[in-house]
Amino acid sequence: MTTTLSLVLVVSAALFCVGLLAALSRRHAIFILIGIELMLAAANINFVAFWRFGPQPQEPTGVMVAIFSIAIAAAEAAVGLALVIAVYRHYRTIEVDKLDQLKG
Amino acid sequence: MSSAAFLVIAILTLAGALAAATLPKLIHAALCLVVTFFGIAALYFFLGAEFVGLVQVFVYVGAVAVLIVFTILLTRRESETTGPFNWGGVVIAVAVFCGLTWAILHTSALPQAAPQIEALTVKRIGEVLMTDYVWPLQCVGLLLTAALLGALVLVMEEKRR
Repeated sequence: MTTTLSLVLVVSAALFCVGLLAALSRRHAIFILIGIELMLAAANINFVAFWRFGPQPQEPTGVMVAIFSIAIAAAEAAVGLALVIAVYRHYRTIEVDKLDQLKG
Repeated sequence: MSSAAFLVIAILTLAGALAAATLPKLIHAALCLVVTFFGIAALYFFLGAEFVGLVQVFVYVGAVAVLIVFTILLTRRESETTGPFNWGGVVIAVAVFCGLTWAILHTSALPQAAPQIEALTVKRIGEVLMTDYVWPLQCVGLLLTAALLGALVLVMEEKRR
């Protein structure tokens, strides 16, 4: 038995849904960021899997998209965690349910 | 491509992700996240994209996980308290997973076996980065610089008035 594209896609869908679970059901801002990272990683796995199983794997398009996506995810994590620290300085909490006012 | 190795890697990755999403203590979740990132890198190796796997280890394990741990240490005061678990998110996540799995398993046009290819070398990736993808590369460089400056500005001490 060999690995098929469907199996890889199901695994990446499961990873995406775990990320969605973390982003939706946790109150802590860092957990929400972790969930977003997991969802981005699942999308990257899909890119690489479609490249590997595609009809023309000589052109490394999927790999290139995955590399750029990892770079952008790193930038997003840096800015997101900086926002978490800035919010914590202001409110002394990072539970997103308590951040319910527009005025500082 | 043997299926057993893939299944072991996938189960390890998903278990780490589930632990990272549900553990009550933030620092435990961050450590489980590192396991997940290693599992994802192993998946890339398994799929024949060795360079992406290495980039994943360098960027995610080396930078993002350390950044998350630093943020946890900088912001932990009364943050360990967690209220009742939000089950609406669980329901939505399970529903989305069922929908996606149904769609994947009912798509008939998916290729079954991976074609034989020669290994994708770093030399080839470098060539492509410097020819076809040179403008995206410059844009990503600009974006990373802007993100660095933006993060610095965000966490700078506010001026006391």
